[in-house]
Amino acid sequence: RVQRAGSGGGRGQFPGLADVSISQDIPVEGEITVPVGSHSPDEDYSTLDEPVKDTIMRDLKAVGKKFVHVMYPRKSSALLRDWDLWGPLVLCVSLALMLQGGSADSKDDGGPQFAEVFVIIWFGAVVITLNSKLLGGTISFFQSLCVLGYCVMPLTVAMLVCRLVLLAGAGTVSFIIRLIVVGAMFAWSTLASTAFLADSQPPNRKALVVYPIFLFYFVISWMILTFTPQ
Amino acid sequence: MAAAGGGRSGAPAAEWGGFEDNMQGGGSAVIDMENMDDTSGSSFEDMGEMHQRMKEEEEEEAEGEAGAGEEEEDGEFLGMKGLRGQLGRQVADQMWQVGKRQASRAFSLYANIDILRPYFDVEPVQVRARLLESMIPVKMINFPQKIAGELYGPLMLVFTLVAILLHGMKTSDTIIREGTLMGTAIGTCFGYWLGVSSFMYFLAYLCNAQITMVQMLSLLGYGLFGHCITLFVTYNIHFHSLFYIFWLVVGGLSTLRMVAVLVSRTVGHTQRLILCGTLAALHMLFLLYLHFAYHKVVEGILDTLEGPNVPPFQRVARDIPAVSNAVLNTTAKAIALTL
Repeated sequence: RVQRAGSGGGRGQFPGLADVSISQDIPVEGEITVPVGSHSPDEDYSTLDEPVKDTIMRDLKAVGKKFVHVMYPRKSSALLRDWDLWGPLVLCVSLALMLQGGSADSKDDGGPQFAEVFVIIWFGAVVITLNSKLLGGTISFFQSLCVLGYCVMPLTVAMLVCRLVLLAGAGTVSFIIRLIVVGAMFAWSTLASTAFLADSQPPNRKALVVYPIFLFYFVISWMILTFTPQ
Repeated sequence: MAAAGGGRSGAPAAEWGGFEDNMQGGGSAVIDMENMDDTSGSSFEDMGEMHQRMKEEEEEEAEGEAGAGEEEEDGEFLGMKGLRGQLGRQVADQMWQVGKRQASRAFSLYANIDILRPYFDVEPVQVRARLLESMIPVKMINFPQKIAGELYGPLMLVFTLVAILLHGMKTSDTIIREGTLMGTAIGTCFGYWLGVSSFMYFLAYLCNAQITMVQMLSLLGYGLFGHCITLFVTYNIHFHSLFYIFWLVVGGLSTLRMVAVLVSRTVGHTQRLILCGTLAALHMLFLLYLHFAYHKVVEGILDTLEGPNVPPFQRVARDIPAVSNAVLNTTAKAIALTL
């Protein structure tokens, strides 16, 4: 049974407040030394007083580091420890923008196309996260969202390549090239996210977590592959 | 999961260590009410006690002040105690409020997820076995068949069906006016799974069948496996006769299994007939609808047959330059397909 620091005599003496000594000289608005969490006050001072450029550069560097981690998926915990959602947002928006205007009736489907991609990515990521938590995962909600979002990067690169290839022409050769590129990036995405997420699962249930991730990236890859600009 | 959630729930949890301890209790996150009361309730009880005692002390103080006269020492002593009591009361009050709020918030959040946790407790082998079993009709209908109340397999199958539908809609160049492709696909599949399950559960309740809601969801979900296979094959190979064969064989097998399981859990001929007839009709008709709503060849034929009329499905009539041209095109397509 956990012994709380302050259970004291249990006689209603407020032992936690026994340290508080109020003398008549000190006004009541002074500081009460109640032990707070592990923040050192130095951190707060430094981020408030530093120039804006430093703050932005620090965040950009963090985002860039995570991109590098996705490019070379090793089992590092940096991606998991300091999660952020800037990278996924940028990737999602750029992918959605590039996928616009790709259907038969572009003046009607311009709007829903963007919303579709957005909703698919975020809704899919939320569902996968909930699924992995329900299966007994040890990773938290936003960490999982962060990993899944960052692992969309290979597919964004594939989308760029596809658009460039489509500029050259839309024949069978270009389709084969696009198929190979999208397939490779899809495999990369799935492997990268599996490397981060599957470790947090009990060992015999990895397949159960990998399948939704596979489906998620498959749907995104399919949207990229069937994109034909008008 | 509880440890991670508690450890990363942010500053408010970190400030008040007593609460954090309680969230890390135990490996399973199914909330055990007795444990909750024991470990997390005690701090609140203590707070409550402190609160209570402070109130009592106040009353005592008030009585003491009124009755004890104006002795200096007493006045000073009471003054200090009064001041400290006031301060202490405020702090304790705050802690009590914050703690109560945190507890109710965290409890509602964790309880919502954990309600579903037992239904996701499966192994991959079990899922595979159940997928294969869903295509095999049982023979023993006099003995109630066991249905696994599991939601992982059905949920994954519904999402797979959504993905396959998306693929079908894309290749058939379906134009959706009101809403998005994704919205339609998700709405159709989830609507079918949840809606028909609820409807069948209601019928089962009327017909006195021994089945719970989760079991019904599970049964119908696994029945969608046949739909997935059929649609996956026929969206890529557009032969009408192939579709009908698949519809009868694959769709029929999965329907037979569901029907057999339901029959084994119902008594009475009329009830069995009602339940099974409804389920069979809905299941088979859904497969038919999915095929015909989003299919390329049918679209072309409809356009020529009905002319400028808009087809009943969510499609826009295409500009057909001339009837003879369109007929020529469709005939050529049909010939090419049969070849």
